[in-house]
Amino acid sequence: MARPSFFGLLLIAPALAMIGGLFLYPLGFSLVAAFTEPDGDLSVMHFQKAYELYSTDILFTIFIVVVSTLLTGLFSIAIAGILTLSETPWLVGALRNLYRWPLFIPFIVAAQCMRTFLAKNGLMNNSFVALGLMEPLQTTSFLDWRGIIITFVWKQVPFVTLMLAGAMASVDRATIEAGRNLGASRVRVLIELVLPQVAQTLLVGLVLSFVTMLSVLSVPMMVAGSQPTMLTVDMAFRINSYGDYATANALGVISYAIAGTVAWIYLRHNIKREVQA
Amino acid sequence: MSGETPLLPARAEPMALTDPASGVRRRSVYSDAGARFRSMGSAGLKILGLAVFAFLLFGPLANLALWSVAERWYTPFKLPVSYGMRYWEVVFRPTGDAMASLATSVSIACLTVLVALAVSVPAGYALARLKLPWRTALMILFLLPQAFPSVAIYINVARVFYSIGLTGTITGVVLVHAAHGLVYSVWIAAAAFAAIDRDLELAARNIGASPLRTFFTVTLPLAAPGIMASAIFVFLESLDEFTGTFFVGVPQVTTLPLLLYNASMGGNYQIASITALILLVPSVLFMIVIERFLKADVLSKVGQ
Repeated sequence: MARPSFFGLLLIAPALAMIGGLFLYPLGFSLVAAFTEPDGDLSVMHFQKAYELYSTDILFTIFIVVVSTLLTGLFSIAIAGILTLSETPWLVGALRNLYRWPLFIPFIVAAQCMRTFLAKNGLMNNSFVALGLMEPLQTTSFLDWRGIIITFVWKQVPFVTLMLAGAMASVDRATIEAGRNLGASRVRVLIELVLPQVAQTLLVGLVLSFVTMLSVLSVPMMVAGSQPTMLTVDMAFRINSYGDYATANALGVISYAIAGTVAWIYLRHNIKREVQA
Repeated sequence: MSGETPLLPARAEPMALTDPASGVRRRSVYSDAGARFRSMGSAGLKILGLAVFAFLLFGPLANLALWSVAERWYTPFKLPVSYGMRYWEVVFRPTGDAMASLATSVSIACLTVLVALAVSVPAGYALARLKLPWRTALMILFLLPQAFPSVAIYINVARVFYSIGLTGTITGVVLVHAAHGLVYSVWIAAAAFAAIDRDLELAARNIGASPLRTFFTVTLPLAAPGIMASAIFVFLESLDEFTGTFFVGVPQVTTLPLLLYNASMGGNYQIASITALILLVPSVLFMIVIERFLKADVLSKVGQ
């Protein structure tokens, strides 16, 4: 395949131009705003201010996103595993028709759903009380960090499961049946035979989910109260209330660092795979 | 998705013992019943698990639907105090904000798909088929708008757009949405092209088709389902998009998500729920048809 790479670059140029103008340029803008003083000197004073005001929110954001990603991974593996390995046809059929419903539901709609569902007097608590699982006085509102995590997981599990179930379906069935014939349980077949073959897809799905959750503004604004909250809300607040671009951009750079760590994990995995191949 | 392949029977029947002694026979009947009991128990567990799953999945949506027809609903009551369609009339009144927002949202989404496909089909082909330097780095570059917390980017996009008069315009919002959707359109288009058997293209070239003709009569039709899927993703991303519009579009461009947000924060749950239900319609439709477009062979190549 000795085709000239010049033609390829020509084809990809418009897309690159778009990324350049609408992403890289504003990104540079944000870095400049975060790292310079009003008189133009380099400094980290905005980071000091951001850290003093929002260190709790930084930890809160990392906690929410990491826990949500892990839970999303677990649930997706469980559902995709059942879809691939279960021997109960009606269960597979029902699950396949059920799990995808939240797939394309917008975050803002999910947030509005959860805002009512998880409230102290929401349908969840009301159902528990009606079933006799809970006394009316025991009900608590889930509209805090738990609400954010529940909303994120509810929204992202179908996406990762769809990718994962697709990848698992193209795994060679012979290896699965060989494992089962040798007496391995289905859980063991899932973990030791199937998962390693679809790890790449799982990682892509989780990386996409992680960064998506890190960027969502509507869910923390609508589901949880004001303190503590996620960095996205803090940034919008600095802009809308104070026009304070410097601190907002410093917070932005901190969230770039969080996302960058995940991208680095993905890249390292990819390089390791290419070296092995 | 592959169908259920019959594997080993899940639970082997207790071995029928040939010993004529009655005691042994009775034990066998006993363990037979035990197995049936266990299997019923496991079916019960599965049904219970499925029910809990369905409740968690649909409960929030049911709450949304209830709010849309609740005329009055306050604290001690588990269900709405009075039902009615009054708020639906408010939303669907031709002069209302909601209809205008719906039109704005749909036209922005269509324009976004056009812009995104125009740049991502060539890019996807190049990434899948042509030799490109730093291919992995280029793939990552398209992930970046999604990989970078978008709020921080959008506040600066808004600042740049403000200086060139693009804030509060449809063009500005479409550009922001298209850049955001590029990761889906480029990655899925690249996966769709990569999943095509190269021999088919070579066969077309062998019998004398030009490269361009091969692309338009062989490669593109074969990749069409995948490209369609990427168009669906971009359309929904645009319809769904809140953050970018929140910073770039206000105050002139009010899409449905912004209308929903304003209604919800203003405490008007009925209007918010009805707007949310309108946004749900395309989402659920696409959810139902997505597997027709996104085949397993394409999915397994996403991100590679």
